Amino acid sequence: MIELTNITKTYQMGETQVHALRGIDLTITQGEFVAIIGTSGSGKSTLMNIIGCLDIPTSGDYVLNGENASQLDDDAQARIRNREIGFIFQRFNLLARTTAVRQVSMPLMYSGIGTTERENRAVAALTSVGLGERVDHKPDELSGGQQQRVAIARALVTEPSLLLADEPTGALDSVSGEEVLQIFERLHAEGKTIVMVTHDMDVANRAKRIIRLRDGMIVNDYQVHQPVAPFDTTDSNVVIHNLEETA
Amino acid sequence: MNITESFRTALDSLRANKMRALLTMLGIIIGIAAVIGLMGLGEGFGELIEDEINSVGTNLIFVASDSENGYPTLTEDDLYALAEDGRNTAVAAVGGVVGQQTEVTAGSNDQFAIVNGVTGNYFALTNNDVLERGGLFDEIDDASFAQVAVLGSDIAYELFDGMNPIGQSITVNNTRFDVVGVLVPGDGGASGDTDSNVYIPMNVALQRLDLQETRFGEPAMAQIVAQAADETQVDAALEQISLTLREQHDLVYGAEDDFSLISQSGLVESFSTISDTMTVFLGAIAAISLVVGGIGIMNIMLVSVTERTREIGIRKAIGAQRRDILAQFLLESLILTLIGGVIGLALGVVVSIVGGGYLSLTPVISTGTVALAVGFSASVGIIFGIYPAWKASLMRPIDALRYE
Repeated sequence: MIELTNITKTYQMGETQVHALRGIDLTITQGEFVAIIGTSGSGKSTLMNIIGCLDIPTSGDYVLNGENASQLDDDAQARIRNREIGFIFQRFNLLARTTAVRQVSMPLMYSGIGTTERENRAVAALTSVGLGERVDHKPDELSGGQQQRVAIARALVTEPSLLLADEPTGALDSVSGEEVLQIFERLHAEGKTIVMVTHDMDVANRAKRIIRLRDGMIVNDYQVHQPVAPFDTTDSNVVIHNLEETA
Repeated sequence: MNITESFRTALDSLRANKMRALLTMLGIIIGIAAVIGLMGLGEGFGELIEDEINSVGTNLIFVASDSENGYPTLTEDDLYALAEDGRNTAVAAVGGVVGQQTEVTAGSNDQFAIVNGVTGNYFALTNNDVLERGGLFDEIDDASFAQVAVLGSDIAYELFDGMNPIGQSITVNNTRFDVVGVLVPGDGGASGDTDSNVYIPMNVALQRLDLQETRFGEPAMAQIVAQAADETQVDAALEQISLTLREQHDLVYGAEDDFSLISQSGLVESFSTISDTMTVFLGAIAAISLVVGGIGIMNIMLVSVTERTREIGIRKAIGAQRRDILAQFLLESLILTLIGGVIGLALGVVVSIVGGGYLSLTPVISTGTVALAVGFSASVGIIFGIYPAWKASLMRPIDALRYE
């Protein structure tokens, strides 16, 4: 469902050109749970922005669900984001002073769905992430983990074909982070396609496929065949990557 | 996203920032209040003047002599000609005034005063018929050459040292007149300040006063007052009076009139032009404060757009298109200015009522003024809201999301 062909992205930073992505070829199929890892500056955020139709590539082709999404205008991108993609950000990105149910129903508002249906679907989405009792709470009345679950509900409410998560556990304590990852695993089991950007190997190892970026190129792309505990010495790949991450 | 949703979103956002919304509105509130208040007072002043003119009596036409080589031209015959039955059909009543400034004596007191000889209908015609005490003289008194006088309130006080003058007598040009009435002060009607005037019947006046004469040696009328049959016939009456007088004065075709006609509606018109101009002028000054208020709105909206960069980013990330963001911010400023406009309207009404109390006039808040104020505040909202909203709509979601 995601096909990236020779994607490059170049930024002009004053006098110098920054090559954030240097020819990415990547295919992600329906139902995959993929983690994109890499150090900061590796290009993983840029890649995620392109996959999420928040940005367009300098060159190359991006086909999402059979639709060429490489060179779209702002509004066309907005429509694709609204219809096809659910975003989960590191810092939740909820609107202040807005109740959970309104946060979650907002994407539906932009896709033109009526008030009643919107509210029903928002409540259902919140219930599915275990927040059915807190639909009228505002962000400052919720814990970090709960806020992230509101964000997940917001990402799910439009029933998008792709969930994009950017460091979803980065701002959470380990217990809340674990809750979020369990939700991801459940969604994966239900057949959702999930792409998650992280620099945390513990988190990445919960995915089924790990793509490693360095200097704007894919340097490693492999399947994680079974759930692995952190620092499990029986999986050489994971150990090596963990060592690299801490180095 | 439809307009109702945009409207709700905008309202939610304003509700979330009540203090900021209120402060932003303040400029519009003050601006609209100033426009409404000043225009209300201006229009109230205009009506006051109109009422004043109308209080003289409706549909009046004043005829005055244009001097001909120093001689006045209007005579008693002109008066009769104008009053003649069936001739000037649009004229309902005609009255005349002659006058001399002379010494008036009562006992040991004497005063210089304008002594007016007036036809019996003159008081009623000019709405100068409210008495402090006694009565007026009428057409019958006039026809019978009655030697009676009605005094203005000031001269009555001066001549009789504040005592009741009714039944007493005054002497004018060696002729005794019995005082029958005293007019209330201040109600000069058509003749302006009449508190120091003495009124005697026309016929006696023609005999006893030393009047200006026409070049034919006839006593001259100081003024003739005619009343049109109704307000739609004022123009016809002007026409007929003009024709009759030209005939009376043997003016040939093409010769200029030797008299002037001033209709009351003409006076009202020129005064209302003046007061309208003044109202517009006041409104324009107040409108400047609205523009300033509008700039305040733009200022706050720009700050608000920057402050809410992240919000805009989130909204765009989850699917808001440019027009959704544009509509949200434009509606926010529109709602701000409209609410401000309504509050300003209420405040302006209060201001004009309080101000009207001080100026002793009744303010007039016309629907035109209200429509103007509401329309103006809405335009301010749109005009000064469009730039910030447009700026917001152009934000790219990745930049907006990265914004701290």
